[in-house]
Amino acid sequence: MADDVMDLTLGPVQFFWDATRIRAFYEEIAGSPVARVVLGELVCSKRLPFWQDEIPRAIETLTEAGKEIWLTSLALVTLKRERLMTADLAATGLKAEVNDLTALAHLPEGVEFAVGPLVNVYNIGTLDWLARRGARRICLPPELPLESVARLARAGAERGVAVEVWGFGRLPLAISGRCYHARLHGRTKDACQFVCADDPDGRSVDTLDGARFLAVNGVQTLSAATACASGDLGALAGAGVSALRLSPQSGDMAGVARAFDAALRGGDAGAAEAAARAAAPGGMLANGYLHGRPGADWVTG
Amino acid sequence: MELVCPAGTPAALRAAVAAGAHAVYCGFADETNARNFPGLNFSPEELAEGVAHAHRHGARVLVAINTFPRAGDEAIWHRALANTEQAGADAVILADLGLLAHAADHHPGLRRHLSVQAAAANADAINFYVREFGVRRVVLPRVLSVPEIAAINRESEAEIEAFVFGGLCVMAEGRCSLSSYATGESPNMNGVCSPASAVVYAEEGDTLAARLGGFTIHRVGKDEPAPYPTLCKGCFHSEGETGHVFEDPVSLNATDLLPQMARAGVTALKIEGRQRSRAYVSAVVRSFRAAVDALDAGRPIPPGTLAALSEGQATTTGAYKKTWR
Repeated sequence: MADDVMDLTLGPVQFFWDATRIRAFYEEIAGSPVARVVLGELVCSKRLPFWQDEIPRAIETLTEAGKEIWLTSLALVTLKRERLMTADLAATGLKAEVNDLTALAHLPEGVEFAVGPLVNVYNIGTLDWLARRGARRICLPPELPLESVARLARAGAERGVAVEVWGFGRLPLAISGRCYHARLHGRTKDACQFVCADDPDGRSVDTLDGARFLAVNGVQTLSAATACASGDLGALAGAGVSALRLSPQSGDMAGVARAFDAALRGGDAGAAEAAARAAAPGGMLANGYLHGRPGADWVTG
Repeated sequence: MELVCPAGTPAALRAAVAAGAHAVYCGFADETNARNFPGLNFSPEELAEGVAHAHRHGARVLVAINTFPRAGDEAIWHRALANTEQAGADAVILADLGLLAHAADHHPGLRRHLSVQAAAANADAINFYVREFGVRRVVLPRVLSVPEIAAINRESEAEIEAFVFGGLCVMAEGRCSLSSYATGESPNMNGVCSPASAVVYAEEGDTLAARLGGFTIHRVGKDEPAPYPTLCKGCFHSEGETGHVFEDPVSLNATDLLPQMARAGVTALKIEGRQRSRAYVSAVVRSFRAAVDALDAGRPIPPGTLAALSEGQATTTGAYKKTWR
């Protein structure tokens, strides 16, 4: 795998975008150089009725454009309705990306699946178990340092599992039973009135000194900085990583995909960084995790 | 109901057993457990002695090996499992899939509990761990209401253990990297959250700022007590609003819900606090044991038994009441 050029995976939209925005977004992505698209509702089951009719339409558009399609599970499954949704995922006949092990409970043995970044794959024992259960792709948790990534990519290659790394997008740092968007509006989750739709990149959470720190997106907490692995492409390719994940933000994602694709093919990593910065909310980038440092750090050179 | 009590040190283990703990939980003095704090935890020899002591007094010992092994260093975690079985402990508390598989293969006789760090939040996920790894008990993540716990218990093939007192994670446990984002060290990788080594208190004019990894988490008047800067209990700005965006600086106290938990079919009640003093552990365990004995006998909990425990502290029942969400 190490000799092949890495390709690009577009992750699921983490935010609550309306149907119109979703449709325009995937039409644009169809013309971009991503190899595959993971879609579906990751963060909050309450959002799904508002845009689920766009999913078959997007699948059709993207499939026609030659993209591989994977359907994500929810990240946190607690309610009966969410368990049924998760069980249905296995019945769609589409390939599933597991972002909560509940989804795996419903996938029959022998069915191939992908593992998303919200499942804890930190070591070879876990990768090995998932590979034997049918995992064909694993996007690693973003907090892993390059040293662990390299070990896991090697172990993946030996087992026919493509290992993917978070390459662009606000980092998914935590998931909760509580909705912080609703809390900021003095509401509870059940009475949220869908206020998270107001913030297409999440709502800023700054320190008392005014430093940008985190962002809330319903029950999810993200980094304020946008992860960007443009400076680490050589190291990741050398480690045997097979794909980079680009996570949608409201900026020009097709542009980000084009710039990263060019950089992966030996082009200018600086141009990829510039495209990433232009699409990052507030223009703030981070790559500390890959360098074994605090995730918020930006290591250059 | 079984009372599962924290033992951060051999002395705390003896104190918890003396105060009436049915079981204690503890970990090794390294990164294999999620309370990897300086001065805490057990050597393999101390664990063996602790197990012998607990067994002499009719109490069980559960060993938490609940971080996620680092790729390439899995042997450290495997050794912790072997040492646990060697010490004669009653169960091991695990979160990592690979480690669960290893334990089921290599230590089939060692009872396996699923750690809260695995965040199994519904009956399908729980029964998946039961089927795949022979898990016998699941510690529930703190994202569920009591009626939801009751519903899970009706379908669960494993015993249910629930936190009732002490520190409160606001996020689904084992699925949070806020700490490593600010400091480089996380519960999953290093067994620490908001570590003291990354904390700085700075006097600035009339205020005292508490920072974590350079990010200001609290700011109080310079003569006020400064809360420890645990990230998810911090005070932040968000587009014109200022406050505790995630959670107030509170701890969990579900004592009022004990009868409901019993009716929900909860097998074991867990008290957080391996970092707490022997005296604290003693007092809390003694009070909870009296409450649990009363419940088991069908008597009301004697008034005042538990009220004193959190006097002067801000507490919450967390997700156990649905409006918390």
